[in-house]
Amino acid sequence: MAVHHTIEVEDCGTRFRCPAGEGLLQAMERLGARSIPVGCRNGGCGLCLVRVTQGAFKAGPMSCRHVPPGHTDLGLALACRIYPQSDLRVRLATDLDRQVSRQSSPEGQNGR
Amino acid sequence: MAISGVLRPGYVQVRVLDMAAALEHYRDRIGLDVVTTTNDGRVFLKAYDEFDHHSIILREADEPGMDFMAFKVMSEGALDELHEKLLAAGVPVEEIEPGDMPAVGRRLAFEAPTGHRFELFATIDLAQIGPMVNNPELWHAEPRGMRALRFDHCLLYGDDIDGAKALFVDVLGFSVTEQVVTPDHTVIATFLSCGMKAHDLALVRHEGKGKLHHVSFLLESWHDVGHAADIMSRYNMSVDIGPTRHGITRGQTIYFFDPSGNRNEVFAGGYTFYPDHPVRTWSTDEVGKAIFYYERALNDRFMTVVT
Repeated sequence: MAVHHTIEVEDCGTRFRCPAGEGLLQAMERLGARSIPVGCRNGGCGLCLVRVTQGAFKAGPMSCRHVPPGHTDLGLALACRIYPQSDLRVRLATDLDRQVSRQSSPEGQNGR
Repeated sequence: MAISGVLRPGYVQVRVLDMAAALEHYRDRIGLDVVTTTNDGRVFLKAYDEFDHHSIILREADEPGMDFMAFKVMSEGALDELHEKLLAAGVPVEEIEPGDMPAVGRRLAFEAPTGHRFELFATIDLAQIGPMVNNPELWHAEPRGMRALRFDHCLLYGDDIDGAKALFVDVLGFSVTEQVVTPDHTVIATFLSCGMKAHDLALVRHEGKGKLHHVSFLLESWHDVGHAADIMSRYNMSVDIGPTRHGITRGQTIYFFDPSGNRNEVFAGGYTFYPDHPVRTWSTDEVGKAIFYYERALNDRFMTVVT
């Protein structure tokens, strides 16, 4: 039987089960819960930004505008790119969490 | 109508977080063909029914969104005329030498008041495998995936859409086909055509600069829109809304997201525009129907989710 982790969203106390290997947001949406806002589901738009306050997870590719490098280690991540490794407690991003988002556009080779 | 200046959208460069995932999406699901890859890792693609060398460029980056969108101009002479007009309007123009981009000649680049980078070009090689011209079959081989015919238009979000509209209409010769207007006469969405399509570029007012709402691909029919929906469910792709229809342009549509969160559209239909047509105007109290004709309401994501 597949390993499941229990996710608790602190803001509303909602709990749901996320199979290992599935994104936290995708599991929430599939089960019909609505605790975390759903945007692009693919790490780009930043709508589902959360702070993981307890537990271990791996993160998939996310826009650096919403999760600057290094901040995932501090628990900041997009729920659509969070792959739980244990039971997790998360809370919705606060304004302060969003302030760390980069304001500038990326400059890169051939990005002109 | 003789189209003599800006002809149509040419190409768009889109930033993606993971090139392998992006290729599976744009090549295998939407059905584009990879044309070439450059040393810096950018991948150039085209739809099967496009004559030009490429229309979609993917660049791996740490933030999704759009680098630039380019329009094809009728001739090098017309490009010179537009260059003069841009300079006369006080728009700084960067001229890029031929060959800087594979298969493309001289390019003129400028920034619109919405913060988006646009380019104009007149010369691009024909694709090695484009639509047939002698006793033309429908295609060389049956199209893959959603069977996209072409890159059709972009919808972009930015702050000064009045300034951008003025640039595209007064300087580049576009027409406003349709708009959404508030009771105090503020335009919050404008749809611009350089030819006979209902739109080649759409702009929505938004607090930030330079945002991408979606890159759109044309499909042949409402049936193909349904086929695209089947593919999206089969591969658990991230769908925004649809299949549905737009009141604006009347296109039959699905909004969905690429693996980096950039919104895409596949659509069919839409009316034919002539430059003597009156502008079609929607009031904000009917904006739900304007955007999603069947739901008659915007979804939360329409105004908030951009890259």
